[in-house]
Amino acid sequence: MSGGVKPGNSRWKRTLQDAATAYLMVLPSALIIGAFGLLPLIAALGLSFQEWRLKPGPWVGIANYRQALTAEPEFWSAVWVTVYYVVGTVPLTVILAYGCAELLHTRLRGMGFYRALFFIPYVASPVAASAVWKWILNPTSGIASAVTRRFGVEPRWLYEETGILSLLASTGRLPLPEWAGGPSLALVCIMAVAVWHGVGFAVVVLLAGLASIPTDVLEAARLDGARGWRLIRSVKLPLLSPTLFFLWIVFTIRAFQTFSQVYVMSIDNKGGPSGTTRNLTLYIFQSFYDSAARLGPGYGSAVAMLLFAVILVLTLIQFRILGRKVHYA
Amino acid sequence: MRSLLLRSFQHLLLAVCGFTTAFPFLWMISTSLKTSGEVGEFPPRLLPATPQWSNYPDAWQSAAFPRYFANSVVMATVVTLGVVITALLAGYAFGHMEFPGRKIVFMLYLATMMIPFEVVVIPNYLFITRLGWYNSLAALVAPWLSNVFSVFLVTQFFRGLPRDFYEAAQLDGCGHSRYLSRIAAPLARPALATAGLFAFLGSWNSLLWPLLVTNSDAMRPIEVGLQSFLVQEGPRPHLLMAASTMAMAPIIGLFFLAQKTFVEGVAAGVKG
Repeated sequence: MSGGVKPGNSRWKRTLQDAATAYLMVLPSALIIGAFGLLPLIAALGLSFQEWRLKPGPWVGIANYRQALTAEPEFWSAVWVTVYYVVGTVPLTVILAYGCAELLHTRLRGMGFYRALFFIPYVASPVAASAVWKWILNPTSGIASAVTRRFGVEPRWLYEETGILSLLASTGRLPLPEWAGGPSLALVCIMAVAVWHGVGFAVVVLLAGLASIPTDVLEAARLDGARGWRLIRSVKLPLLSPTLFFLWIVFTIRAFQTFSQVYVMSIDNKGGPSGTTRNLTLYIFQSFYDSAARLGPGYGSAVAMLLFAVILVLTLIQFRILGRKVHYA
Repeated sequence: MRSLLLRSFQHLLLAVCGFTTAFPFLWMISTSLKTSGEVGEFPPRLLPATPQWSNYPDAWQSAAFPRYFANSVVMATVVTLGVVITALLAGYAFGHMEFPGRKIVFMLYLATMMIPFEVVVIPNYLFITRLGWYNSLAALVAPWLSNVFSVFLVTQFFRGLPRDFYEAAQLDGCGHSRYLSRIAAPLARPALATAGLFAFLGSWNSLLWPLLVTNSDAMRPIEVGLQSFLVQEGPRPHLLMAASTMAMAPIIGLFFLAQKTFVEGVAAGVKG
């Protein structure tokens, strides 16, 4: 810092110093995210090409992928469970949440209370909440069975491995082929709990979206005679589309990744009955522990990479197709 | 007249929806106060004849719950502190400072948000065990000390902060570090509170990771402890429900205390 330093030079020094400070400030966060987010992704890719039973083995190319796709029926059943779960929970959660948000988006006394009420499932411990649902759905002493018994039905809820469509068809004495049976009743119960869990979060997000619609736009639409369904369809939904799109993407990704709910609610914590509630995440978790048998971390990583690829592709497709319809004000 | 009718209809609908949402929790509390005889009745009675408050101490003592709670408190607090500090520093750098490579690094950050945890869980587990951290506090907290969501949130906040604040401070001879600690950080309190709350919530409710990296009651947080209690205590639902109520109570309490921060945080996170 002698007097002979040219002003340009000192500015350079300043920029450099600032850059060093900035990188130093990003460093703690970058270390964590790099070490536990980015590097393991590369490591997982490497693992997926490796044989790993009891200990790390040789490189086996795409053998793990081939095993998953061609030799493991359990993999495909986990894929189906995941698909049922995504299709069964995402649209329903968003639609229900929109209905609730419309209800809550008025000046009513006690609105804060209702809002808090809807949000509680989202913050509640998933293990505790699942324990309660398991108790409610207990086939011998649960309150759900007490209610349905009055209508002459006694479902086995989380113990029922028969597909929901088969069950419905059999009450109407219609035989249904097994492949058309749909998700097991056990899985349907878990999906219902997932919807219950997710609606509150979506409601809060949608309320923020509804609040950001300018009132004069709504007033103008009303003056033009738009009411009820017309108002919702032609004015509110387009204006809400960025929020709805966000929710749709986030819930789809989360539905693919669900672990706690399925793990805790399946009656044996292993995706039972008969694996009809075992989704891909649970399958990955189990194959990881199954290192002594024929699966193991290498195989588990291959399945995880497949899951990642599906989520990535699906998200991109959704951005292409739905993203085009999103109206940004 | 019509609006009164509409209003009561809205209230009715809301009450029905609200009751449906809250029912599992009410049922949990009701069950937690029943006797073991009442729990076995079918059809079940709605409320216990006399509330059995002793179920709570009974449940508390039938597993290492004090240990689990202490572990969860320590784990969630360390994670929250870590998230707040890393998000403040990184968010300030991304949102307020100019440096070469800022955009690229930030894009890289956002890209990691797409990586599902299930994909990285196996390498992370192997990494942690290789470090010799298996079954330790370090293993429980390390991967969660920073997350993209909170960095993003704080970055957005600093972007919205008027630059003249900094210029005025600079004229008074205030550098980045002093400006951050004296002015910017206090101003960023709402964003930091949101990041911290979600970090605490996520840590308290996490299951998969603690399940993988712990193997003893000495390290297990409440979620894992409750889960193993559920498996062991299947036939005693009243104790299960008492334990579940206790496990849930701190988070519900926190939620009611900080409800506004939660709700506004969700809304802000979406808009950002």
